[in-house]
Amino acid sequence: MSTERERREILIATIADLLDGIRHVAVGASSPIPAAGAMLLRARNELCGKPPVRISILGSQAHNFFTNGGVELFDCAAQGRVDAFFLGGGQIDGHGNINLVGTGDYPTTSVRWPGSFGSAYLYHLIPRVILFREEHSPRVFVPQVDFVSARAITPEIPRRGGPHALLTNMALFDFDREAGGFSLRSVHPPFTPADIRENTGFAYQEPDVVRETPRPDAATLALLRGRIFDELAETYPAFARTMKQAA
Amino acid sequence: MTEIVALEALAARVTPGQSLAIPVDGSGVAMAATAALLETGIRDLKLICVPISGMQADLLIGAGRIASIETSAVSLGEAGAAPRFTAGVKNGAFTMRDSTCPAIYAGLLAAQKGVPFMPIAGIIGSDLLNVRPDWQVIDSPVGEARKVVVVPAISPDVALFHTPEADRAGNVRIGRHRELADLAYASKRTLVTVERIVDRNLLDSEDSAAGVLPSLYVDSIAVATGGAWPLALWDEYPADEAEIARYAAMARSEDGFRAYLSAFLTHRKQVA
Repeated sequence: MSTERERREILIATIADLLDGIRHVAVGASSPIPAAGAMLLRARNELCGKPPVRISILGSQAHNFFTNGGVELFDCAAQGRVDAFFLGGGQIDGHGNINLVGTGDYPTTSVRWPGSFGSAYLYHLIPRVILFREEHSPRVFVPQVDFVSARAITPEIPRRGGPHALLTNMALFDFDREAGGFSLRSVHPPFTPADIRENTGFAYQEPDVVRETPRPDAATLALLRGRIFDELAETYPAFARTMKQAA
Repeated sequence: MTEIVALEALAARVTPGQSLAIPVDGSGVAMAATAALLETGIRDLKLICVPISGMQADLLIGAGRIASIETSAVSLGEAGAAPRFTAGVKNGAFTMRDSTCPAIYAGLLAAQKGVPFMPIAGIIGSDLLNVRPDWQVIDSPVGEARKVVVVPAISPDVALFHTPEADRAGNVRIGRHRELADLAYASKRTLVTVERIVDRNLLDSEDSAAGVLPSLYVDSIAVATGGAWPLALWDEYPADEAEIARYAAMARSEDGFRAYLSAFLTHRKQVA
């Protein structure tokens, strides 16, 4: 993983793999890598004759079919029509809870982030929520978040939604809803399991043998560097341009 | 009847202490009207972002014009954090009412239907319930026994947004941006700025009527060419990314913000 472009390509291809089997994925604002992952899945399914995938990219005209205003994504999720979504967090804890509000004492938090967006609601309703946060550090991955924007597990009420996986610049974790915690699935080259231990502030399960996250194959790379970055340019022109220039 | 007035007259319809509902970036943000509103010396606004805001909220916050803000987030998007919002929260410069996007739509829907509250899925387990004592968790009164969150109706005093066009009768084209109708239905008054007034009646054809907010819900209209700048307006014009990035950089300091604000207000006067 020698360059920034290769780092991003591995994340995009991993996201497409994580989405395999879904019918409809929605992507929130300011999320070029998740959007590219969703587009890659759609293109790949189309090329190998697998069932078509719908994608809804917030902020896009061409890759968004909603006609009922801002509430439609939320209604759609409540109806069970959104299979996958992405959430991040200024802090994410070992129980899968996320904090998009800030650190320190609310409301005059010492560090303030934009706010909870739709997380408190969508986490309950979308079955395959992928937690995506590029920075992998102990200040992000904490034992306990300072503010719970959205809670991963709420045994007191029935829910179909919650975390499915956590993807970072360094590794991919699965989330076990029974155990209520993460387990390390794979580490992106050139990092090692020791790097992950050092940079993760919460406890997680680690298998005896930790796999390396697979690099995208030649066919995937060709698709990515052609069609996908072209499609992405409508919503994320600067990101798509950087990726195409590097290729 | 809907009045068609000058931008300054439209801005003067908002009075100190009122609650003001504004839409998300890209939906149709009335930036020119926001400049005119700042010029009126408006203060103590209770801002309601539907469901989030960016530079518009940050300008009003930085200029010291708001008493409270109800929002699911304030962010400049690709340009990063909203600097005056971030600083204002830390200083306790206004009352912060953190929300989550669908709860704001649910509150507006309650007002639209004339009921005191609206039930909403999810949210349980979130600390938002601790910081929003006006939200309740109740036992569902019907169906299977379960907990459900209810949020109070949101009835803004004023809704303010910008769209490409209105006709002379005051019908406003909102296209697929139905959230603008949600704002108007729930609000006591609706002020709209437009790129242009068209001569044809927007309700005349089935094609155009489907994407129109009837004048019944619209109190005042003013023409403001480029009225969403530097934000995007649908397929009319894209966001001026360089300008937003310039704002993001300058607004990091109080002095930088003052300089930007002064230039922004001057620019708006020149355009008008």
